[in-house]
Amino acid sequence: MAATPHSLEPGGTTPALKATGRVARRQWMSRASFWVLLAATLVGLVVLAYLLADIVRTGGERLVRDWPSFITHYASRREARAGIRAALLGSAWITGLTVFFTIPVGVGTAIWIEEFAPRNRITTLIRLNISNLAGVPSIIYGILGLAVFARLMDLGGTIITGALTLSLMVLPIVIISAAEAIRQVPSSLRDGSLALGATKWETVWHHVLPGSIPGIMTGVILAISRAIGETAALIMIGAYAFVAFDPTGVNDRFTILPIQIYDWTTRPGDNFKAEATAAIIVLMVFVLSLNLIAVLIRNRFRHD
Amino acid sequence: MAVGPGPAPELMEDQIRKSWRKKPHESVILGLLTLCATISLVTTAAIIYSLVDETSSFFREIPITDFLFKTEWQALQNPKKFGIWELVAGTVNVVFWSMAIALPLGLAAAVFLSEYASSRARRTLKPMLEVLAGVPTVVYAFFALTVVTQDFLRPLLGAERVPVFNSLSASIVLAVMILPTIASVSEDAMANVPRELREGSYGLGATKLETAFKVVFPAALPGISAAVLLGIARVVGETMIVAIAAGSTPNLTLMPLESIQTMTGFMLQAAIGDAARGDTDYTSLFAVGSALFIFTFSLTWLAQVIVNRFREVYE
Repeated sequence: MAATPHSLEPGGTTPALKATGRVARRQWMSRASFWVLLAATLVGLVVLAYLLADIVRTGGERLVRDWPSFITHYASRREARAGIRAALLGSAWITGLTVFFTIPVGVGTAIWIEEFAPRNRITTLIRLNISNLAGVPSIIYGILGLAVFARLMDLGGTIITGALTLSLMVLPIVIISAAEAIRQVPSSLRDGSLALGATKWETVWHHVLPGSIPGIMTGVILAISRAIGETAALIMIGAYAFVAFDPTGVNDRFTILPIQIYDWTTRPGDNFKAEATAAIIVLMVFVLSLNLIAVLIRNRFRHD
Repeated sequence: MAVGPGPAPELMEDQIRKSWRKKPHESVILGLLTLCATISLVTTAAIIYSLVDETSSFFREIPITDFLFKTEWQALQNPKKFGIWELVAGTVNVVFWSMAIALPLGLAAAVFLSEYASSRARRTLKPMLEVLAGVPTVVYAFFALTVVTQDFLRPLLGAERVPVFNSLSASIVLAVMILPTIASVSEDAMANVPRELREGSYGLGATKLETAFKVVFPAALPGISAAVLLGIARVVGETMIVAIAAGSTPNLTLMPLESIQTMTGFMLQAAIGDAARGDTDYTSLFAVGSALFIFTFSLTWLAQVIVNRFREVYE
């Protein structure tokens, strides 16, 4: 254990030179602050642990009781028959399409910014704009989806509208992390490739991109995790509806896990509380696994 | 400009341009990449178009002075009242109480991670803390409504004093949600403070605690304020937690134990109701959205200005 209170003091205090009076009090304060600050750091984690434990306690039994009917049944007015089939399929459609749209556009933008963009005002504007878009609330993306995709382009509250909306929402996450990853590829690699006669694009494709894949993957996974848990933006485009069929194409209406959870949570009284938490468990399994994968990739390919 | 062996950068650029000519499909690729990059600009334009279009039709029916200077909000029932201040108060309410909790905790965590924790402890704690930012907000909302209100606030403060929907439960959960934002960004700022400052402080006999709070913390203040602004922007824009746990009663109050409605909360409520297109029910949603966009945009913009202006002080 490196963190014994004494080693916290720079230079250390030897027993022979024990501080007294004011100095002793200051040193005691400093040593105590370690524990106070550690406690403050752990508060968030304790809440997280409590949240997870509470969810498993309330919803675990409902999920396991008549497995797998909770997964295979559609939503229902009767609690015992209710399931998340349509929500799971909807989430799969929406997330899959979002990834499909976001990866090429996000990585393409990052490559352009880092490798090809001229150094001028427009490039600066695009960079600034991307970091601003990252701070735009999801409900505003929902308004964009409602006004442009659902109404103007007349796509309605369908899977394609939802996926396009979420793609625009998570795009800044992918662009920022991909650009970061591309920037960390050493320039000696580019110089070597160019010196051997490769074109700029060949250099990017064969040397820069392979080197930045871990960073890009981390960004994409975090983007998926964001998309899978998003509720407000999809409610805005009109996805809050009762769906009891399997979506078969991008022009179908849909529901998703978070909206199903919202619906069950807002029922009056204790009705559907078990169903809400059981669905939360399913959603959290996805989200936590994605976060774990992202952390593992980051640790495996760390650049320090 | 570093002078090194090899052709000058201009010459190399020239070579590269020549090689473009050799492989025509590469100009197609460059065209596609440029197209990708413009999508972000188009997105911003589309956001502004979506907001302005319906907001202007809202203000054709409701005088803008009513919106800005009246305080009562009752958009979905008659008699209709469109003074935005009750919704702004709701948002300020949750911002105030969530920051009251998240600021001390988040900054303490940042100081701990940057100044006290071993690098191994930091590598374990930081990703764990960041999971908090990844929990879907609808899950937090459920937690706020059931656990925080029912299992904690009501037994603790008395059921008669704590309504089922109250701003405090939402604020507590929002604070937990933005902890990693504040802690992580502030920690980065503190880690960037040069070591010489700490050594100088230790050399003068300051303890670890004094060095952390009187030397490192002030030196990292620009980055820390940016972290706080980003945290506030996230709270202002967060929808599900406040819509589910804080209530749907527009209320001009900063008291934590009351049912309130935030700007985002109203937008969600209006979207779920079946307002016809062109109704003020429907267009008011966009007017509130515009106000929300202006608030969050100013906050993130301010954070960027602060970071950019003070970034290179020590380099």
